[in-house]
Parts: sequence; structure tokens; C-alpha cells
Amino acid sequence: MELFESVLVALICVNLAYLAFTRLRTLARLTAVQGILLAWVPLLCAGPGDHGHALLLALAVLAIKGIGFPWLLARTLSRLEVNPVIEPYLGFNLSLVAGVAGLLFSLWLETRLPFPPGLFPPLLFPAALTSIFTGLTLVVARHKALTQVIGYLAAENGIFLLGTPLSGQGSVWLELSVLLDVFVAVFVMGIALHHISKTFESIDVGRFCSLRD
Amino acid sequence: MELFGVSLVLYLLGALGALCLTGREAANRVGPAGALAGSLVGLASVFSTPASAASLFVLPWGLPIGDLALGLDPASRLFLLPVYVLGAACAVSGAASLGGPHEEHCGQDRRGPHWFFFNVLLLGLSLVMAARDAVCFLVAWEIMSLAPFFLISLHDDEVEVREAAWIYLVAAHLGAVCLIAFFAAFWAATGVTGFDALAIAARQGQLPGASLLFFLALTGFGAKAGFVPFHVWLPEAHPAAPSHVSAMLSGAMISAGVYGLWRALELLGPAAPWWGWALLGLGLATALSGILQALAQGNIKRLLAYSSVENMGLACLGLGLGCIGRQTGNETMAALGLAGAVFHVLNHAAFKGLLFLCAGEVLHAVGSVRLAHLGGLGKRLPVVGACFTLGALGIAGLPPLSGFAGELVLALAILSGIDLPGLLPRVGMSGALAALAAVGGFALAAFAKAAGLAFLGEPRTPAAANAAPAGRLALAPLLFLAGCILAAAAFAPMLLSLAGQAALAFPGLDPAPARAALAQAADILQSAGLVCLGIVALTLAVLFLRSRLLTAHGVRREGTWGCGYTAPSSRIQYGAGSFVEPTAKILRLPMGLSRRLDMDAGYFPARGTLTVTSPDQLKLRFFTPLFEVVARTCDALKVVQHGRVHLYILYVLATVVLLLAWKL
Amino acid sequence: MNTLAQLLAAFVLAPLLSGIINRVKARIGGRAGRPILQTYYDLAKLVRKGAVISRTTSWVFATGPAVSLAATAAALLLLPGPGGPAAIGFSGDFMLMAYCLGLSRLGLILAALDTGSSFEGMGASREAAFAALAEPVLFLCFLCLATDTSGLSLSAMLGTGTDGAMAPQRLFVPAILFVLLLTENSRIPVDDPNTHLELTMIHEVMVLDHSGPDMACIVYGASLKLWLFGALTTLSVLPVRQMPPLSAWGTFLGGMFAVAVAVGLVESGMARLRMERVPRLLGAAGALAALSLVLMVWR
Repeated sequence: MELFESVLVALICVNLAYLAFTRLRTLARLTAVQGILLAWVPLLCAGPGDHGHALLLALAVLAIKGIGFPWLLARTLSRLEVNPVIEPYLGFNLSLVAGVAGLLFSLWLETRLPFPPGLFPPLLFPAALTSIFTGLTLVVARHKALTQVIGYLAAENGIFLLGTPLSGQGSVWLELSVLLDVFVAVFVMGIALHHISKTFESIDVGRFCSLRD
Repeated sequence: MELFGVSLVLYLLGALGALCLTGREAANRVGPAGALAGSLVGLASVFSTPASAASLFVLPWGLPIGDLALGLDPASRLFLLPVYVLGAACAVSGAASLGGPHEEHCGQDRRGPHWFFFNVLLLGLSLVMAARDAVCFLVAWEIMSLAPFFLISLHDDEVEVREAAWIYLVAAHLGAVCLIAFFAAFWAATGVTGFDALAIAARQGQLPGASLLFFLALTGFGAKAGFVPFHVWLPEAHPAAPSHVSAMLSGAMISAGVYGLWRALELLGPAAPWWGWALLGLGLATALSGILQALAQGNIKRLLAYSSVENMGLACLGLGLGCIGRQTGNETMAALGLAGAVFHVLNHAAFKGLLFLCAGEVLHAVGSVRLAHLGGLGKRLPVVGACFTLGALGIAGLPPLSGFAGELVLALAILSGIDLPGLLPRVGMSGALAALAAVGGFALAAFAKAAGLAFLGEPRTPAAANAAPAGRLALAPLLFLAGCILAAAAFAPMLLSLAGQAALAFPGLDPAPARAALAQAADILQSAGLVCLGIVALTLAVLFLRSRLLTAHGVRREGTWGCGYTAPSSRIQYGAGSFVEPTAKILRLPMGLSRRLDMDAGYFPARGTLTVTSPDQLKLRFFTPLFEVVARTCDALKVVQHGRVHLYILYVLATVVLLLAWKL
Repeated sequence: MNTLAQLLAAFVLAPLLSGIINRVKARIGGRAGRPILQTYYDLAKLVRKGAVISRTTSWVFATGPAVSLAATAAALLLLPGPGGPAAIGFSGDFMLMAYCLGLSRLGLILAALDTGSSFEGMGASREAAFAALAEPVLFLCFLCLATDTSGLSLSAMLGTGTDGAMAPQRLFVPAILFVLLLTENSRIPVDDPNTHLELTMIHEVMVLDHSGPDMACIVYGASLKLWLFGALTTLSVLPVRQMPPLSAWGTFLGGMFAVAVAVGLVESGMARLRMERVPRLLGAAGALAALSLVLMVWR
């Protein structure tokens, strides 16, 4: 369990790092780190008789979240001519403060929600919720569409983390979650970014004004 | 108690004497003499009785409610200490600065009325600290609030002074309205006005809506003490007032706000949990906002005024810790928090009084307190410079002075709360300690700026280069206060025990663990004192060694190294705006700095102007528009006041008809 | 006896650390480098020199370095070591240590402002700003240590090692203390101790006008401060108090050597951060400290 907690603490650190770094390439590499850490989670969370299934799942997660998405992101970055530095709506120190506040909120929320005892290992729920909050902060507080995609990925990883205790009970939650990730990859990144870059010559969401009249 | 009465009588005599002798030089002697005598007698009364004694004196006065109930208990005596010490020092300093034939304003000699109101202020302050009845308290509060209006407007031929006095009056009375509401609600619920009776009634639970009463007390006393967001009058009033008045206001009068909050907490009985946390949060917000805005100022007196806001925030933090400790049963936190609050108020009075009096000497010598006009004054005014540095060292909370002891006590109170049950209280306490550290760091920066830019370096203007040294009478109060500060540094554990007496008298505290916690804190202060002694001893040893080495090897005097730049001037030294530029890059919004750069367009512009100002953002964006709306509404209502007599008679007739119809 | 040995070790061995750092930097740069004992030679040389004092200055300039050295030395009285607890210790003494360092900083800032030079004013303003930002981070680290070891004095907090497994949040504290070492002792990436150019001026430029015995005070005070922060970093991770005395001393000195080598490696491997990035570095360190504290408090 010590190793599991260390992995969860490392995940929380990766979330804080999302908010602190300024270059798109570093953010893309952070998604790889988060994917690799998440690949450990099904292995450490597995029940006693479930090792084969857990190993398969871990390999799938590694392939998709640890290697697939980061590679796609890096390829998109090199194809689009994007200013490598992110321009934030919310300053970096303030984002970090927001991240720590989100962690505090998640810790407090864990004591208030009525879980059945033993459902979540300690620190799993706060780590997952922090990932979701961090992802949403990235979506809200940064200019570029690519950062918003990364934020969505981070939030999605958080939801994945929330579902891991269910993995050993025969539900197909994790498999469905991984399928959703593949859907994200195809739909959001491939099509949308391609269209945005063709139509608008820029991926700065501040310049999207067709949503208002 | 008798000596206390004698001091009140002496204040009255001084006031009346000054008023009678208006227009003559003697007014400038009788007024301060009365204030000085009254303060010394008051000091004797504070020190002659043991600290934990309480005495009461009641006299019915024929008004429908209330009596003249005066009493001295440990808290009153401790809060009276700054009043008396600063009263004596400021009286002498004011006599020195107002002395001489040049003090004529608008053709009249204002000194008589000025000293009248000064003595009335001291009288009001003494009565506020001693009042034991709600009506008596309110009357004394009003006396204490009204007198500074006349004191601030001594130089009212200047527009800023008139505006500042008006802002002070409005703020004081808005606070007083909340206090009247507070005591009126108390009286309506319980039917009595004496403090003891009110406390008993509150403990028996006869108070509906205790939280509303707490909020009223916090607003009313907070407006006087200068808690955010009601602090906006402080940075206007203190620079406009003469320095001895600013010292008195900053050192003694705003402590009356903290004293009032103390009494209100005593009266309200058992506290709801959120009260303590609200006080803690408000105190820290006030402290951080105050010191950041102090850092941004370019006028010494405004900087000192914002620093007073910061220190009152720390006192509020102490009160909050006391409440939280009392409510969670943590006697250590309660005792140390309350004692720390009182200790901090006492320290602040001494340091801030000294700083304001030094600023007054600077104003007298140079004619300006703006840092852009000063510089190098430490060589022209050596005593003033040394005293200012001592005061700055103390108020930044650095060892070996007692300001550090006060902050250490508050930190000990916070540390004893690290193992409170629950995640959020613990995180709150850790955040409070980190915020206290941040406040200390910024206070160091702000006072390094004030002391360094004003007294060190080269003079930036000819007026600073020709500053006239201060006279002996003006220096006497500075040396007196400096002596008090050094004594407090040497006897810090004793001062803590004294402050602890007030904490022990607070209702709801279990005396035995509280006493033990205070004793332990005094021991800790003694160990810290050993280290401070070590610092002093080591400094002296190193200085001695240095002087021996330099006499052996020789010293040469040259100009400051200029890195090859051949045309240095005193204006290229770092100034008020540039000193805080690194901090302003990160924290411009909380500091309230606004900068405007006007430069000719294109490359190599010929002209450029950079303006860095630090107006109070809260006043600029919230209070001024609010009062403008109120003024517009009142102007709109003037339509009723048209001057036609027959319509006025119509108003009277309509009112009579309405009343008849309603009652019958 | 042990306490005396700790103090003696601090006072005697402190200038060795900067020598080790410079040697590491030189070796990595392919040079032979200065002798490791160079700082001692520098101190001896400075003490034997006279002083050139600016005409603009007053008594503050003369007293500043003395106060600075005295305050740093007094802070060392509060530092525990491998031999045992500190000479003077009480609950909350970390606050006294931090404020003694603040006093030493104020002495240097006022001495810098006394010269009336804009270079020194620049250094003073930057030093004041970054120190004010670093202080809460230092307090958060101490709070982490206090929560982990349930002791409120430095002697109880340091030297006890990490109990249980090497939990990652516990390992952040030495890393954050190392970053604070780099900040407070003006090392890369916060300041460059080698140059006196405007770009790298925080601490080095504040002391431009000092010479002779004053400069000796400042150099020695800086060495003591480096020893102090190095000891804090080492003692927060190595369990030297649970070892027998000889191996405790060996581990402690080995740890100090490792810290010096690490500083040298960081200085050789990184460039100085732009001045506006330094608050971000401190903010990240503070966020990490807050994270560790929240996780430790949550247990």
C-alpha cells in the first residue's frame, strides 16, 4: 500500500506541475508521465485472483494514455506552428494556489460524502478529484485549444482513477473508460484541431467569437 | 482608583487652563503641563496597584438609564498604559513643536483650543478604558471620537487637512452608530446597562441573535481600530494631523478599538465557533493588506498609518486565537492568544509613538515627509535617525527587541493549535503561521525602506541637505520612548506576565492550565532573551575587534564606488517607487500601486514621465462611489426644501391629520 | 560538550563549503580550480587589510556587517547537530532562527542603502523582496517537520529521519529546503555569486562598498549561513540522532559534503533564472511545501 500511496502522491504532484509549467511541450510530456503512473494503478489495486486481467488493463492504459496520446499531442504540436509558450488567463502563482485549494477541497469533501467503508483506498478520491479540478482549471484558465485538450485529458484521467476500485468486481467500467479515451483521441484531437487549424489559422480560443451574436 | 480620579481632574484643569489662556504663549505651557501631570499620575495609579486587582466606583447621575460606573481591572490598566506613556511624551513633543511665535493660522493662535482638545482626548480615552456601564462607555467613546477631529484640523488652511478631518469624523461616527446599536440591542434584550449585569445576563442566555451583536461590535470597534475594509480613514487622517496627535491616535486611540472588542467578547459570553475563525481571518487579511499597502507608500506618515493597520490586524489575530482556544477548550491557545494581543498592542504603542514623533521632527526640520524629498538625514539629525532605526527594528518584529517577543507569543498560540481536531482547523492554523511569517517579511522590507531611504544615503533635495537639528525639548520625548523600548526588550518575560493578567481575567478560561501556559511562555521568552543577549554581545565584540583592526591597518575615506559612472547625483539613488519594484512586479494589485508611463512614441524618445502612485484602492473604488451615490440621493431629496412657507404649513397640517386618523 | 563540538564544527568548517562548491564547479568546467581552503586565505587577507569607507556613509555602514555576523552566529546557537540538541532550544525556536536571519539581512540592507549608490539600492530592494517571499516557504517546511515528528523545537524536529517508509511527501521537505538554500545564499539559479553585473545582482552587489574587516565579516557570515541551511537540509533527512556518536558525525559531515557537491552540480548545470521567474520558483516550492503539509496533516 505504501507504493500505491506514493503513486497517488506523485499523481497529485503531476497535477500541480500541469498548473506550473509554461511550455506546451512540457505539458505534453507531463501527460505521458501521468499515463505511466496511471498504468500502475490497476496493478496495485487488483484483487487477489485477478492478476491477468489487471496486467492486461495496465498494458492497455500504458499503451493508450502513456504512449498513444502523448505521441499524438507531440505530433500535433510539431505540425501546427504554435507559439510554444502558453498565455494564461490566470497567472501561474494564482493557478498553483488554486491547485492546492482544490486539493484541500477534495480532502474535505472526502470526509463529507457518505461512502461505504473500504470502497476507496485512502487518498484515491482526493487524488482523482484534484485531477478533475486541475483539468478543468486548465480548460478555463488558458488560451490555447491544445491546452484545453490536455486539460480534458487530465480530467479524464481523474475519472479513470475514480473507477479503479470497481475494476476487480467484474464490471467493464475501466474498459469503457479506455474506449472513451480512444474516442477522444479520434474525435477531438484529430478532427477538431485539423479543422480549426484549416479554418482559422490559429488555435487561440480567444478569437472564437461565433459562439456569440 | 483615587489616583485615577486625580489624573482625570488634572486633565480637566489642563484643558480649561489652555482654553482660558487662548491667544497667549502660556496656553502652550499650561495645556501640555496638564496633560503631562495627568499622565504621570495615571501611570502611578496603574503601577501602584497589583496587576490582578479590580476596583469599581459607581455614581448615579440622574439620567434615565445608566450610571457613572468606573472601574479598573487588569485589561483596563494594561490598555491605559499606552494612553499615559504616549500622553506624556506627545504632550512634551507637541509643546516643543508648537512653541514659538510662528504658530499663527488664519490670524488666530489656535494653540489654546488645541491643547483643550488634547486634554479632552486623554480624558475621553481614560474614561473609555475605565467605563463599566454601557451609557457611560458610549458617552466616553463619543468624547474620545470627537476630540481628534479638532486636533487633526489644526492646520485647516490646507484642503487635504480639511478633507482628512471630515473623513475621520464620518468614519468615527459610522462606527459609533454600530456601537450604539450594539449596546441598545443589549439593553433591549436584558434591561440593564452595567457591564457586570450584562455579562451575567448573556451567560444566562437571554440574548437572542448573539451573532448579530457580534457583527455589530466587530463593525463598530473595527472601524475605530482600522480593520479592513474600514481602515480607509487611517491613511488620510494620520498624515494630516500634527505628529504628536498622530502618535497619540495611532498608539493609543486605535487600541481603544481592540479594547472595545475585548470587552464586547467578554460581555457576549460563550462564543459561537465561527467568531474566533472570523476574527482570525479578518486579522490576517488586515495585517497582510496593511503591510503590503504600507510597502507601497512614498510618504512616511502614510506608511506608518498603514503599518498601524497591520499591527491592529495582528492584535485581532490574537483575539481570534483567544476565542478559538476558549471555545475548543485549548487553554494554552486562549491564554497565549489573548496575552499576545495585549502584549502586541503595548509594543505597538511604544514603537509607533516613537516613529511618529521622529517623523514629526523630520517634518519640522525638512518641511516634508515624502521619501522623495529626504535622504541622508541620519547625519544631520543623529538622535532622530537612531531613534527611528530603533523603532523600525522593533516594529518589524526583529530580535532583540520586544516586538519579536510579541510575535513569538502569537506564534506559540498558533502552534498549540496545530493538533486541533479536524483537517480544516489544522490547515487554517498552518496557513495562519505562514501568513504571520509573510507579514514579518514584508514589515522588514517596508521599514528598511522607510528608515533607509529617509535617513541614509545622500540628501535628495537642498531642504534635506540643510535640515536643522532638533532642539532639546523635542528630543526628550524621543529619548524617553527609546528608553521604554529598551526596558521592554530587557524585561520582555515580565511584560508577558503582566499581559497575562488581563488574559487570566477573561471569563471562560480555566485558570490553572492558563497560568501554566503563561509561565511556560515566559520561560521561552527568557531563553529567547538569552539568544538576543548573545546577539548584542557578539555585535559589540565584533565592533571592538573591527575598531582595533582598523586602527592598526588604517582607514581611507573616498566617494561611493560608482562602477565607472562619472556623474552620479543624489537623485539616482533608489527611491520609494523603485525600492518596491521587485515586489510590485508580483503583488501590484494587493499593494494598490498604479503606474503610468508617458513616453514619446518611436525609438529613442526624447521625453518620458513615469508616475507611480498608491492611492487606497478600497477608498477609490468602493467608498468614494458609495458616498457619492448617497450624496446624490440626499441632493435629490432637497426638492422638499423649497422655502415656501405655505407648503411647510401644509406639511404640518398633513402630519396632524395623519396622526389623528391613525390613532383614532 | 557535544554542543560545543557542534558549534566549533560550524564556526571552523563553514568556509570549507564554498571551497568545495567552487572546486566542483571548476572540475565540471574542465579547470583545476581554486584551493579548497581559499575562503580561509581570503578571510585572513581581508582581516589584515585596512578599509576604504565611503564619505556618504554613517554609523549604520560600520555596524551593519557586525550585526549581520552576530545574528547569523546567534542563529547557529539554535541549530541541533549530530552530537545532540542545540545549545538553546525551546518550542517555536525556529521562528527565532528565521528572524535572526532577518536581522542579519536588515543589517546588510541598511548598510547598502547607506552608501547612496543605486547598485546597492538595487540589491537591497531585490534582497528584501525575495526574502519576504521565501520566509513563508521556510515556515511551511518547518511546520511539515513539526507535524511529522510532533515536536515544536528544532532539536526535536531535525535529525530524527523519516519514520516509517520514505514517503514522498516527507522527501519533498529536504528538496524544498535545498531550494531555499539556493535562494537565501544567492546561488544559481537565483543569483550568481561570481559576477557583479546587473543581471545577477542580488546579494553580491549589496556589499560592493565594504572592504577589509567589514568584508571579512560579510564573507564569514555568508559561510555560516550556508552551513546553517546545509545543516537544515541534511538533518531533515538523515537520522543522525539515532546513531552512535562517531557514525552520526560521519554521516552528518558526509551529508554536508553531499549538499555542497549538489550545490556545485546545480550551479554548473543550470543558468540563472530571469529575475521575474524567481518568484515562480519560490511559488512552486511553496506549493510543494503546502502540498506536503496538507498531506501530512491529513493523516
